[in-house]
Amino acid sequence: MPVIQMREAIRQAMAEEMRRDPTVFLMGEEVAYYDGAYKVSQGMLDEFGPDRVVDTPIAENGFAGLGVGAAMAGMRPIIEFMTFNFSLVAYDQVVNSAAKIYQMSAGQYRVPIVFRGPNGYAENLGAQHSTSVESIYAHFPGLKVVCPSTPGDAKGLLKSAIRDDNPVIFLESELMYAMKGEVPEGEHTIPLGKADTKREGTDLTLVTWGKATHACLRAADELAKEGISAEVLDLRSLRPLDHDAIFGSVAKTHRAVVVHEGHAFAGVGAEISARIMESAFDLLDAPVLRVTQRDVPQPYATNLEKLVILDTPRIAEAARRVMGRS
Amino acid sequence: MTATPPPSLEPGDPRPPLGAADLAALWEQMLVIRRVEELAAKAYTERKILGFCHLYIGQESVAVGAAAACEPRDRWVTAYREHGQALAKGVSPRAVMAELFGKATGSSKGLGGSMHIFDSGVHFMGGYGIVGGQVPLGAGVAWSLKQLGTGAVCLTWFGDGAANQGAFFEALCLAQLYKLPVVFICENNAYAMGTAIERASALTDMSQRGLGVGMVREQFVGFDVEVVRQRVGAAVDFARAGHGPVLLEIVTYRHKGHSMSDPAKYRPAGELEEKKKSDPVLLTESRLRDMGMDDAALEAIRERVELVAKDAYDFAETSPVPDPAHLYDYTYAPARSE
Repeated sequence: MPVIQMREAIRQAMAEEMRRDPTVFLMGEEVAYYDGAYKVSQGMLDEFGPDRVVDTPIAENGFAGLGVGAAMAGMRPIIEFMTFNFSLVAYDQVVNSAAKIYQMSAGQYRVPIVFRGPNGYAENLGAQHSTSVESIYAHFPGLKVVCPSTPGDAKGLLKSAIRDDNPVIFLESELMYAMKGEVPEGEHTIPLGKADTKREGTDLTLVTWGKATHACLRAADELAKEGISAEVLDLRSLRPLDHDAIFGSVAKTHRAVVVHEGHAFAGVGAEISARIMESAFDLLDAPVLRVTQRDVPQPYATNLEKLVILDTPRIAEAARRVMGRS
Repeated sequence: MTATPPPSLEPGDPRPPLGAADLAALWEQMLVIRRVEELAAKAYTERKILGFCHLYIGQESVAVGAAAACEPRDRWVTAYREHGQALAKGVSPRAVMAELFGKATGSSKGLGGSMHIFDSGVHFMGGYGIVGGQVPLGAGVAWSLKQLGTGAVCLTWFGDGAANQGAFFEALCLAQLYKLPVVFICENNAYAMGTAIERASALTDMSQRGLGVGMVREQFVGFDVEVVRQRVGAAVDFARAGHGPVLLEIVTYRHKGHSMSDPAKYRPAGELEEKKKSDPVLLTESRLRDMGMDDAALEAIRERVELVAKDAYDFAETSPVPDPAHLYDYTYAPARSE
């Protein structure tokens, strides 16, 4: 199987879907002539032309709304946010328009649109370019929220997202665009709402998604040296949420730590923790813990940033606590 | 490539003038809107209609004139004062009234309410409740109409209040940049909720907002349904010909408050009475008399309208409420079978 970068996997998914369906188009800032701020859409303008790979002015609210209207009227837009930090300017269009039109029209108008781009912190980008947005989108019925951790998952999930008849928030990571992995050529779809066990384990479950999956895998390596067998469950989709996979893993391990970027307060980890408590309380041998970024806006200085972001020692420490070993 | 765009809309009256029978049909549509909304106001005071309810009374010539300028394939996207626009575009009075009543037979099966009327059958693509938020949607609808080669135009409606929103300006930028077949219609009814236009904007000719993006624009007074038909017609023709978008500001006046809960005490004394002299329904009635229609002919239309409005009210009142079993049916669209 070919080994390619995450950015190439995302590009493959978009290009294949655009060849398959003439109503799919890509729109966003610098996606065409610049080849994408992170080179995700490199070369696509040449293949598909300026009507299907469309540069926009810096007007996120406007082009996000334009995408929603285009989706209502028969096309399938992929709207790229240069980063999801900028999607907050378009939050009204995503939340009040995209998420609600199918319901407000009682099913008369579908909104098949993908909003995609990098999410979360990269390195030394400061407070306004480091936000993790999953909780503020996953909150709303009507949206689907997807966050891949590998190139192969990214391709399969994005192809499914583009074919989905609902608005999908597709969260990538600047730090993962160069990550390499095996990606099937051609048709490869992964259903939205299906988690994936990235590492089998028996003692506790690390529930996670996106870039944090890799911190969890490193923590699991550390824990293995201490004789603790950690399962790493990569949710891949936050809406719909794969309850069966979460409860199934907890039924096996009886302990869970939810690990994610972004803040703990009202984060998706709080939701998952509550659901495990509500539906699987009797399976638990320890309280569910969360490991997240610390509760401050992202600082710029490297030493402070390292304190704030997820790191392997904090994940491992939480795992030891649920094991009663700290 | 299209030819070099003409610098302005075709002046005057691009469409043949209406004869008495056709003008009477527009008068009848205006009367339907007025009577349906008067009954809606009655139902609101009876607590049969709840929530927010924004009436269009006084502005009927704008929606009806615009509809007369459009083709059935044209799409409309609008804001929350949209009962009149929905009726003018062809949504049935029954479906509108039942939606206001929150009934299963409403245009959105009772899920939308007064502010969210949709009818895909007549390409009425929604009333929206976030001021200005619908304007980019209209540009997007026009994007697809253009790319799919439909030949249709999207009319995108909003009020003078929305002309201060960023979403409005961004939509103008994008529509002009991409030369989209969209006609933006700012209905200037003098008040954004309770704030008079001159208290909200230093520039009160909202059509001039278009100049900042190089868009063809025009402002005119819209109490005369035939004037609206002609000038919206010129704009629709321009957009349909591929010349790009147009921004129209149509000056009108709402006779009622912002919503049913607003007594409109912010109006200067005498203003409403003065404006009622240009009530579009009376204006067209007077024109019809000048064209030779007699009392009996006008009265026959009135009686027909009364039946339609009453029928809508009765239909809404006797329709069933939505079945709770369907509460979750419209949160996510299911996959289409391929």
